[in-house]
Parts: sequence; C-alpha cells; structure tokens
Amino acid sequence: MTATANRPTTSTVGDEQFDLSIDGRLAGTPRAPQNTTKVGSRLSVAAKERSFVPKPSGKPDPAGHLSAEDIEALGAELDALRQEVLDSRGASDAAYIRKVLKWQRGLEMGSRAVLLFSLFPPAWFVGTAGLSVAKILENMELGHNIMHGQWDWMRDPRIHSQEWEWDNASPSEFWKHSHNELHHTFTNVIGRDNDLGYGIMRVDEDQKWYPSYISQPLVNFVNMVFFEYGIAAYDLEVGAYLQGRGKDKETFQRDLKKVLRKIGRQARKDYLVHPLLSGPSFFQTVAANFVANTVRNVWTHSVIMCGHFPEGVETFAKQSIDGETRGEWYLRQMVGSANISGSKAMHLMTGNLSHQIEHHLFPDLPSNRYAEIAPRIREICQRYGLSYTTGPLPKQVASAWKQVVVLALPNPQEGRSRVGIAAEAVGKRVRRKLRNRRMPRRASATA
Amino acid sequence: MTAAATPRTTTNAARTRGIPMARLRDAALRVAHAVTTPVLPADYLDLIAPLRAGADLRGRVVAVTPETADAATVVIRPGRGWRGHVPGQYTRIGVDVDGVRNWRAYSLTCPVDAADGLISITVKAIPDGKVSNHVVRDLRPGTLIHLDQATGDFTLPTPRPAKALFLTAGSGITPVMGMLRNHLDELPDAVLVHSAPTSGDVIFSAQLREWGGRGDLRLVELHTDTDGMLSPADLDELVPDWRERETWCCGPTGMLDAFEEAYAAAGLSERLHTERFRPVVVAEGEGGTVTFATQGKTVEADGATPILDAGEEADVLMPSGCRMGICFGCVVPLRQGAVRDLRNGELTVATEGDGVRIQTCISAAAGECEIDL
Repeated sequence: MTATANRPTTSTVGDEQFDLSIDGRLAGTPRAPQNTTKVGSRLSVAAKERSFVPKPSGKPDPAGHLSAEDIEALGAELDALRQEVLDSRGASDAAYIRKVLKWQRGLEMGSRAVLLFSLFPPAWFVGTAGLSVAKILENMELGHNIMHGQWDWMRDPRIHSQEWEWDNASPSEFWKHSHNELHHTFTNVIGRDNDLGYGIMRVDEDQKWYPSYISQPLVNFVNMVFFEYGIAAYDLEVGAYLQGRGKDKETFQRDLKKVLRKIGRQARKDYLVHPLLSGPSFFQTVAANFVANTVRNVWTHSVIMCGHFPEGVETFAKQSIDGETRGEWYLRQMVGSANISGSKAMHLMTGNLSHQIEHHLFPDLPSNRYAEIAPRIREICQRYGLSYTTGPLPKQVASAWKQVVVLALPNPQEGRSRVGIAAEAVGKRVRRKLRNRRMPRRASATA
Repeated sequence: MTAAATPRTTTNAARTRGIPMARLRDAALRVAHAVTTPVLPADYLDLIAPLRAGADLRGRVVAVTPETADAATVVIRPGRGWRGHVPGQYTRIGVDVDGVRNWRAYSLTCPVDAADGLISITVKAIPDGKVSNHVVRDLRPGTLIHLDQATGDFTLPTPRPAKALFLTAGSGITPVMGMLRNHLDELPDAVLVHSAPTSGDVIFSAQLREWGGRGDLRLVELHTDTDGMLSPADLDELVPDWRERETWCCGPTGMLDAFEEAYAAAGLSERLHTERFRPVVVAEGEGGTVTFATQGKTVEADGATPILDAGEEADVLMPSGCRMGICFGCVVPLRQGAVRDLRNGELTVATEGDGVRIQTCISAAAGECEIDL
C-alpha cells in the first residue's frame, strides 16, 4: 500500500467522491490503508533456508527436525487436501448450511414466542434454553463461519461474508478485521496476534509479565460473563486507543458510534421490544434474554479459550514470520491451535471451532467438512513429528484456565519463586508511586 | 441486509402517512424489524413464504417438460412480485448448480395471461453448458429458483405488421414462440424459416407443424445436417417477398451477423429485429486489462500478479487484508471478466448481473476484467 498510504478516509477521483469510511451498510467497504509498510504476498511456496527465531524462554523450535524441503512438502500436501475438499464441495454442503440456518431461525423465533408467556416457569425454562442454543448457533456455526467466507462460493448474497451481520455486540466489519485478518494471519505470533490474551492477559510464558496481570483470573472471569462486550471493545481496539497508539480520535469516535448503535439495537431487541411484547411477562423475558446472552457468553468464551490457550500450543517470536512461506504459515497454524474432542452435537455447538487446527489451516473451507479431514491432518502431524493438541472440553477449558492463573505471575527464575518476583515488582511499583506522590515536581524533573 | 431495510420502511412510511391501516402496518413492520435485528423480518419470512409479495423475486418450478432430446420447457410459478412480460422478452433465472448460484437469461415461451399465473421458459442444453444442462436434465419440480423481471425489446409492435418474417435457428425459436403463441392470430401473413440440425431437434415441432399444416403461418423447416446452414442468399428462393416483411431474427451469432449485413446492404436495416443471446464464455487468457470502473482507472496486469497488487500499483484505493487469501477482507464484485485463482489455477468467470465477488489478493486477470471499485 506504499503508493496509497496516508490518504484521508474520503478521496476524490475525478468528479466523484469516494467514501472510504466504513459506513456500516456494507461490511468490507474499502478501508483506507491501515499501515504504510507493504506486507507482501504470502503466496510464496518456494523453499529456502530454515530460520528460527528463539523466544526468551529458550523453548526449542517445534519444527527444528524439519528441513526447508520438508516444510515445502507439508505445504504442498495441505494444499492438495484443501483442493480435494474444494473439488467435492457442492449441493450437499449448501443444503447443510441452509438447514442449519433454517433450524436456527426457527428455534430462535419459536423460543421467543414461547417466552411471550415466560411468566409460567416451564415456558421460561424451555424458551430460555431454546434461545440460548439459537444464539450460540447464530454466533458460532453461522456467524463466525459465514463471516470467514466459508460459504461465499455459493454466491448467495444472504449467506455471504460481505453481507452477514451477526447477533453480537461487535459489528461484523470490526470483527472481520480483528479476527479474520489479524488473528488468522498472525496466529500466535507474540506481539502481532492480540488474541493471545486479548491484550488484557498473559497466556504464554514468553509474553512479558506486568504487575497488572496479577488480576487476570478475575479479568478473565468478568470477560467470560460479558464476553460479547469484551469482543466489541477488543475489535474496536479500545486498549490501543487509550494508550495513544491506536486509531486517531476521529476514526475511533466514528467506530465507537457504530459499536454503540449496534449494542443499542441488540439491547432494544432483547431487553425492550421482546419483553414489551411479552406483556405481563416483561421482567421474566428480560431475565430470559439476559440468561441466554450470558449462557452464550460463557460458552463461546470457553470454546474460544480452548483454541489457543491450552498447554501444548506453540507461540512464535515476532521476527519469526519475516519472509514466511505458505508451508511455514501452515505449520504455525497447526502447532499454534488446539482442538476439542467430542460428539457431533458438541462440534455443531462450537461452530466446529472444536476443529480449531483444521479451521486455522483452512479458514475458508465449509465448517461441515472439518470433521472428515481431521483424521488426515492428525496423520500428517504425526508423520511430520508435529504436535496435534486435542482433548475433551472440560480438560481443555481447565488447561486454558490453568494457564491464565499460573501466568498471572511472572516466570520463575533460578532461586526465586513466581510469588517472590511478583511481590518484589509490585512493591517496587507501589514505592515509585508513593515517591512520585510525595515529590511530584522532582519526579517529573528527573524523568 | 440491515441497511436495505431502512430506506424501504421510510418510503413506505412517507407514502402511507395518514392512512390508519397502512400506519398500523408500518408500526408492525418497525416492531418486527426491532425484534429480528440484526437481520430483517424478510429473512425469517423467506423461510416460510418465499413467493410472497415484497420478497426478492423467486419462482417455484412446477414442471420440466422435455421438448427434444436436449431441450426442455420449465414451467414456473413466479412470486407475487412478478410484473408480467411482453411476448418475445426474456427473464434471467438464478439456479443453484452444485450449490453455486448461476444466472442465465432465457426467453419466455408461455402465454402472457395464463389463468393459473404460471410462466415458462424453454432451455436448450448446450455442450458443456453448466446451467443449461442442469436445467434440462436435473432440475426438479418444487425447486425454488431466483427470477428477474422480464426484459428485452425483441417484441412485436402494435399494430401488428401486415407481413411478418421470422428467421430462427436452434433455440432461437424460443422468443419467437413466445410471440407466436400469443399473437399468431393477429398476424395475417407470417412466414417462419426455422433451422435445426435434424427433424428431431426442432423445438416445438408439433405445434409449429400444426400451425404450418393449418395455414396459420407458412413454415419453412430446414435441417442443417442435410440442407446446410441458411444464408441470406437463400431468402430470395425461400421467401421471395422478404424485402416487404418486417423481420425478426434469432439464432447463432454468425447467422445474425450475416443477416444484419444483408439487410444493411439492401437498405432494409430498419426492417430487421435481432435478438442476441450473449455468450456466457468470456475471453480467457493470461493476464489482461483490469478496469476499476468507479474510480475510472485501467491497468494492464499479467497473469501472475494479484489484481490487488496491480490496482495498488496504479493508485487504486482497494480494500485489503491478509494478502494470502484467508481473510476475505479484499472481496469486491467482479462485474464482468475472468480471473484465475493464483493458488490452484481455478477460473472464475462473470458477466454483468451475476453478482460474482472475488478475492483480489489471490486472483489474477485471466482476460479483460471490470472490477466494481
């Protein structure tokens, strides 16, 4: 984007004016160039020297035993597997997603209808359960996957990445940018992939520790309960903006307005219109919607945590992706993701994110096909001596939580415990604060 | 989808202000919209009543009747929004073939005011024709298809011409059949010169021969396998008074070109009305001229350069993302042309109105392309 860098968000070409802002009408409207460095195409498959950039922890290269040619062969093998699925993609896949859509919409409207009588406890329970499932399906198997472009090939504008708006606080366009583009491209690259701890937590020992991480178990719990709002704030890049290294003020405020409008519409639906339609069941319906949204928050948060946080998942140093080939990218996705094992119903309810490894290798293949390629990916991993992390949901959730809790404290050093180092760092910070408060003028002069 | 609703509701509201029932309906719509957000009430209604008034125009296949070994008439119940047609016009249908929606134009061959409200198109399967073969051989009654309103100016004028000539070949008979079925009794002197490879390949043969036998029209049936192709030079012999006849011509491009030339040479261009079925296949190759229509820029791109790179080189403002085909952040409409997926060489071809969108970061020009940017 060198040539077009630093343009304002409106551009005049000839007599016509182009609004390059994202106006919410069409997710994916042209974005003004975000950065000035040309990323360069990552389509290259050429073999070159193996390079490995070590991380502070000194953990070994997960692919250290593979040559450049091995990795090129791995890439070719995965490309062929992808092609195989593309070649057999057809009417039955289209029928699958339409069926899920139909059931989801039926379940949602049916549950909302039942909740009109939520004054009666049985109706409340049935309606709330149905609505929770419908909301989960909408976000996971439909929203997430459709926004990935998994169904764009059908050329159905109603089931298309550029058209879909999901039932979530975060507008689709922002989600697609932070998730599809940043997270899926830079998966598990420390400093590039904000999904590693969402910018508020430390989930890998190679992430630098700050005293504020001590509270991360609590932060993670709160984020879990209000996850969709967490996602909205994350997609809006609130953290970076507050630290002064994000969007400019104008852009941020414009984006913020869109998020608030979306949140407003969502809240109006769940907490005003639907309850009003319920008449005497108003408060019960408010509660039902709140519970359904919270159930979805807890569920999606747990599933998503299992994708990259559990033990056994590899992370990568920032410089490790310089000149990365397609094969190396594949490799990073494989060892940087973790699956969840379970039943068909479980896979459906996770939007097939239980096949996280397959999804990260081929984010645009239809989700209903991940299950069939999973054993083959596993076999490929085995053959190339690469890890394939998987386990049942409770085990993976526990493992991810364990990371969150353990890594709230800094890495142990020789002769010093985690708690000791943390206590010292906190003490230092407190002392500095106290000193600054006592002698503000001198502190700023020496700073 | 959300955005589309806003103008729709506002126009309704503006138009119906003051009428109690209509205001009530508008209020109901607004409530429905508030409940269904972020999608539209229509997205729910489509699952129950896809043919209702106000829905995107669709149709349900009622019957598929073979006409010849490779042609069939598809009888369709159109949605409530269908506005009717003039005989000779065509409609575009969107059919899902192997799960992929494809749009093609076919002539309407039915009476304009059938009591049952059904319409029909007649389709001839062309070799390697993805959609035509699907329609003729695999389309089943009950299938929901997408429709456009009828369009086209290959129609009969009012008053009807005193002497008419129809020159058709192959599936070129279909728009003419639409005219004849509706207006033959209004045409006192009509000649139809129709060519098909063999007798068995004549679409609507029974009806045409019946009309010919009864003298409702003069039918000249040519079988090109034995008689050769019809050329303008044959006209003097077949239809000696062709110069006096208002003429409608529909068939392969070569035939149309030949007759246009002949009529022009005779100074009779105004007499000749032609209907060209635009070929679906766009010239394919390696690389090509890429036009960014809205920004008014044109670049030459080779077959190895992603359109994203080619456009950026030329200062075209383009959405972009991962640059490796995974994030779908660079998806834009390909108005027409052909592109090749740089990862696997797969070709994507689009013609106007197909609604085809491509990822510019992994697509290279495979012929002339027009991008909606």
